[in-house]
Amino acid sequence: MKLLKKLTPWLVATFCLYFVIAFIFEGELKPGYALREFGRFPVLLNGRIKPLDTVARTSLLILCGKQSLRLDDGKSLSAIEWLTELMTRPELADDRKVFKITNPDTLGALGLQGEENKNYSFSQLVPRAQDIERQAELASNVEDQLRTPFQRDVVKLYERATLYFRLKNSLEVADTDDFQAEVQAYAKTVSLGLPLVKRARNSESAEPGSDATQRFSFLAQSAYFFPIPPAGPNGKPEQWKKIGDSLLTATKEIGIPTPALAYAAIATGYRKGDAAAFNSAVDEYRGWLQEHLGKIARTARLEAFFNSFAPFYKSMTLYVLVFILACGSWLVWPTTLGRYAFYLLIFSFAIHTVGLLFRIYLEGRPPVTNLYSSAVFIGWGAVLLGILLERFYDNGIGSATASILGFLTLLIAHHLSLDGDTMEMMRAVLDTNGWLATHVVCITLGYASTYLAGFLALIYIIRSVFTSSLDNETATSLSRMVYGIVCFATLFSFVGTILGGIWADQSWGRFWGWDPKENGALLIVLWNAIILHARWGGLVRQRGLMAMAVFGNIVTSWSWFGVNMLGIGLHSYGFMDKAFPWLIAFMMSQVVMMALVALPLKKPLPVK
Amino acid sequence: MVRYLIACGRVLSSLRLTVVLLGLGMVLIFFGTLDQVHLGIHAAQAKYFRSLFVLWQPAGIGWSIPIFPGGYLIGTLLFLNLVAAHGTRFKPTPKKIGIFTIHAGVVVLLLGELLTGLFAKESMMRMDIGTAQNYSEAPRETELAIIDTSSKDDDLVVAIPESLLAHANVIQHPALPFMLKIVKFMANTALAMRSQVPNAPPSLATTGIGTNVVATEIPRTVKQDERDLTTVFVQINTVEGPLGTWLVSNALGMPQSFSYDGHNYELRMRQKRYYKPFTIKLLDFRHDIYPGTDIPKNFSSRIRLIDSRQKEDRNVLIYMNSPLRYSGYTFYQAGFDNNDKTSILQVVKNPTFILPYIACGLVGAGLLTQFSMHLVGFLRRRRP
Repeated sequence: MKLLKKLTPWLVATFCLYFVIAFIFEGELKPGYALREFGRFPVLLNGRIKPLDTVARTSLLILCGKQSLRLDDGKSLSAIEWLTELMTRPELADDRKVFKITNPDTLGALGLQGEENKNYSFSQLVPRAQDIERQAELASNVEDQLRTPFQRDVVKLYERATLYFRLKNSLEVADTDDFQAEVQAYAKTVSLGLPLVKRARNSESAEPGSDATQRFSFLAQSAYFFPIPPAGPNGKPEQWKKIGDSLLTATKEIGIPTPALAYAAIATGYRKGDAAAFNSAVDEYRGWLQEHLGKIARTARLEAFFNSFAPFYKSMTLYVLVFILACGSWLVWPTTLGRYAFYLLIFSFAIHTVGLLFRIYLEGRPPVTNLYSSAVFIGWGAVLLGILLERFYDNGIGSATASILGFLTLLIAHHLSLDGDTMEMMRAVLDTNGWLATHVVCITLGYASTYLAGFLALIYIIRSVFTSSLDNETATSLSRMVYGIVCFATLFSFVGTILGGIWADQSWGRFWGWDPKENGALLIVLWNAIILHARWGGLVRQRGLMAMAVFGNIVTSWSWFGVNMLGIGLHSYGFMDKAFPWLIAFMMSQVVMMALVALPLKKPLPVK
Repeated sequence: MVRYLIACGRVLSSLRLTVVLLGLGMVLIFFGTLDQVHLGIHAAQAKYFRSLFVLWQPAGIGWSIPIFPGGYLIGTLLFLNLVAAHGTRFKPTPKKIGIFTIHAGVVVLLLGELLTGLFAKESMMRMDIGTAQNYSEAPRETELAIIDTSSKDDDLVVAIPESLLAHANVIQHPALPFMLKIVKFMANTALAMRSQVPNAPPSLATTGIGTNVVATEIPRTVKQDERDLTTVFVQINTVEGPLGTWLVSNALGMPQSFSYDGHNYELRMRQKRYYKPFTIKLLDFRHDIYPGTDIPKNFSSRIRLIDSRQKEDRNVLIYMNSPLRYSGYTFYQAGFDNNDKTSILQVVKNPTFILPYIACGLVGAGLLTQFSMHLVGFLRRRRP
C-alpha cells in the first residue's frame, strides 16, 4: 500500500507524458508512402489556407462525424489516406462506408436498411441519387427555419454527397488512368504556343470522346479546393487556383506551374501503387514549397502538427482523470491525492492552453471567433479560475469543479466541431479583432465564471445531501468561493454586455436592440446582480446562495445555446436539432438540483 | 400619514424591492425574447420594453388588460429604488466608492435607454451608384405625397404622414387648393390585378390605376427584411365637386397624376422622408468576399458629402464598423441590393448616443474598484 502510494505520482506522470507525446513516435500512416508529408501541403479552401490534412479531417467529420474511418476488419483508415484514395483511386473509396445516415425517415425514403452502424458507401447511394436529389429539391423550397427534421437531414445528405463528389474530382477527373501522362502531353501543346482550341485537338492521351481541355474545365468546376499557389511568398489568397484552371490558363511563356505537375505526379504515383514515384514527387514539391512559399507552407505544416497533436481531445481525457483523483481525495489520502489532482490539473490546463495558443496563432484572431471556440474558451476560463481557487483553498473542490467543467465544455466543443472546419473566416461585421478581443472575451469569461459558480454550488449540494463529507469549514469556504466567483462573473458579463452594446452602436447604429443574444447576456448580468443583492440584503443564506448559483447554470445555458435555437435575430447561428434535447435535459437536471437544497442535510452542520 | 410615507420610503429604498424588480426584469426580458418569434423585433420592443405595461387583449374584447409591468415601469421603479437607497441607507464612505460608481453608471444606462427610446430616429438611405440624395427614408412609415409639378424650377411637395392618414377623415392643407378625403386606409396590403381575382368586390377607386387593382388588407409584417405595402383610397374634393377617388400605394412604382386649376399634380405613397441640409452622392459600392467562397469579407460605400452651408465637399469611405458621423447623424453601411449596384445606408440620429459610453466607463471602473477591494481584503485575511 505504501509502495503504491509512493509510486502513484510517477506512474501518473509517466502515463500522462506518454499519452500526450506518443503521437510523435508513430510511423507512417501507410507503410512506404509519405502520406503525412502529403497531408502538410497547403491548399486554399473557404477563404483560408490550410493543410490537406485539415481538408481530409473536416470532410470526414462532415460525412461521418469521425476524424478517421473505422473499417469492417477493425482497422482504421486515417483521414488523409482516405482522402488520397478518394482523389486517386475512387473505385476503392466508393465502397468505403463514409456516409453516416441516422434519420429513420431519410433511411425509409431512400429504401436503405440493414447496415448495423448506419454507415453507407457512395456506391450504395449512387442508385438512389435521383431520390436524394428530388427530396432535397423539394425541401430546398421550404424556408430554412420551417423545414422538418427529415427535410433538413435530406438537404444535408445531398450536400454531403456533393462534397464527396467534388473531393473525388479535385486532383484529377475521377478514374483518370494516367493523369501525369495526360498533363505531360498537354504540356507539349502548351510549349508549342498553341491557343486553347488547338491544344485540345493536339492532346494525345485524352480519353476517347472528350478532349483534355474539356476535362480540365470540368476539373476547374468541380474541384473542392484550390491547391495551386501563386508563385512567390507575396501571392494573395485570391490568386490560388484549381488544378483545372492552372492548366487551362498556362501559356508558352510561363509553362505549366510546377505545383500542377507535382500534383499530377503524386496522383498517378498513388493510383499506380508506385510508392517510390509518389514519395519522390511529394519530396520534390515539399522542396518547392519551402523555397517559394516560406511562411505559408510552414503555417500549414504547423496546423497539420496541431491536428495530430489534438490538444483538446487530450486535455479532455486528462480532465476526467483529475476529476476522479479530486473526488477520491475527499474519501482517501486527502493531501496526496489532492496534490496530484492539482498537478495533473495544471498539466491538462497547460495542454489546453497550448491548443488555444495554436488556434490564436493559426487564425491570427483572438481566442473566440465562433460557437466552437467559445466552448473551448469557456472551459479554459473556468479551469483557470478553478486553479486559482484550488491554490487558495487547497481542498480539492477547485480541482474537481475545474476538471468537470473543462471536460464538459470540451465535449460540447467536440460536438460543435462536427459541422466542419472550426477556423472559418469571419463574416464582414465580425471582421474586427479589437471587438472580438474585448467584448467577446469578456462575455465568454462571464459565461465561464457563472458556470463555475454554478458547479461549485452543485458540489456543495451533492456533498451535503448525499454524503457526509461536507464539514462546516468546507461549507463556509464553498460559500465564499461561490460569492467571489459570482462577483467575478458580474464584472465580466456586465462589462462584456455593455461593450457589445457599444460595438452594436458602432456597426448597426444603436446601442441596444433587444436582440435575443443581447437579451440573453443581459439576463446573466441581472441574475448575477440579483444573487449579489439578495446576499447583501440577507434575503438568502448559504443554501439559498447555492440554489441561486445553480440557477445561473440555466440562465447561462439559455444565453449560450437557447437563444440560438429561436432561429431569429442578428446572432442566430442556425438550428441545432440535436443539441435541443440535451439543453432541456441539462436545465431540468439543474432544477432538480435546486430542489435538492430543500432536503435535510446528511450530517447537519453545527450552527454557527 | 407621515408614518405611512416613511413606510413607503422604506419599501422604496429596500434591497428586497431591488431583487424583486430585477427578477421582474428577467421575466420580462425572457418573454420579450420568446415573443419576437411571433411579433418580430419591433413590435416586441414596443410591447414589452418601450411600454409601461405589457397589455393583453383577450379575443373578442375591444380593450386590453395590463398583465405585467413593462420596461419603462420597471426601469423607472429601479431608478427610484436606487435613488431612494442612496438617499437613505447609504453612508458615503470611501469603502463604498465602487458601489457608488457602479450605480451612477446604471443610472446613466437607464436614462440613456429611455432617451434613445424617446428621441432616436432611424432611417435608411437607398442609393444607386452615381446618384445623389438629400433625404433618408423611414423603413416602416409611409407618407402620402401630393406634388405640384407645374413650376419649371421647383416641385411643391405636401407630404401627409401615415399616422394622420390612419385617423383623419378629411385633410385640408393651405398649399393645396382642394381637400383630401381619406376613403379607406390600409396599413399593409396585398395588391393584385383585377383580372386575376375573379370575384373581387368593386373598387373604391373611380379613376387611375386603382380601378384595375384589388387591394386586400393583411396584417402588418413582422419580418425585419420586409416592409409594409400601405394602400390608401383618397378622394380629391374641389369647390366644384369631387375629381375622383384614387388608389395610392407604395407598392405602385409609377406616380399617378391629375390636373386642377391649371396645375399638374402627382399622387404617390412613399416611405416617409427626412430631408437633410446636405447631400450625399454614392460614388462606389464594394462587396468583398473571401476567395473561393461567398462569405462576405467587407461591404463599403465611397460617398461624396456636399454641404453648402458648411462649405464641406469631401469623399468618405463608409465600411463595416466604421460609420460616418456628421452633423448629428451617423451613417452606417447596412445593406446592398440590385446586384451590388445599390447601397443601403442606415441613418441614425441619436442625440444621447454618448451616454452608454459614459455608463460603460463608470460601471467598469466601479466593478473593478469594488471587487479589487474585496479581493485585496480576502488575500490579506488569508495571508497575515
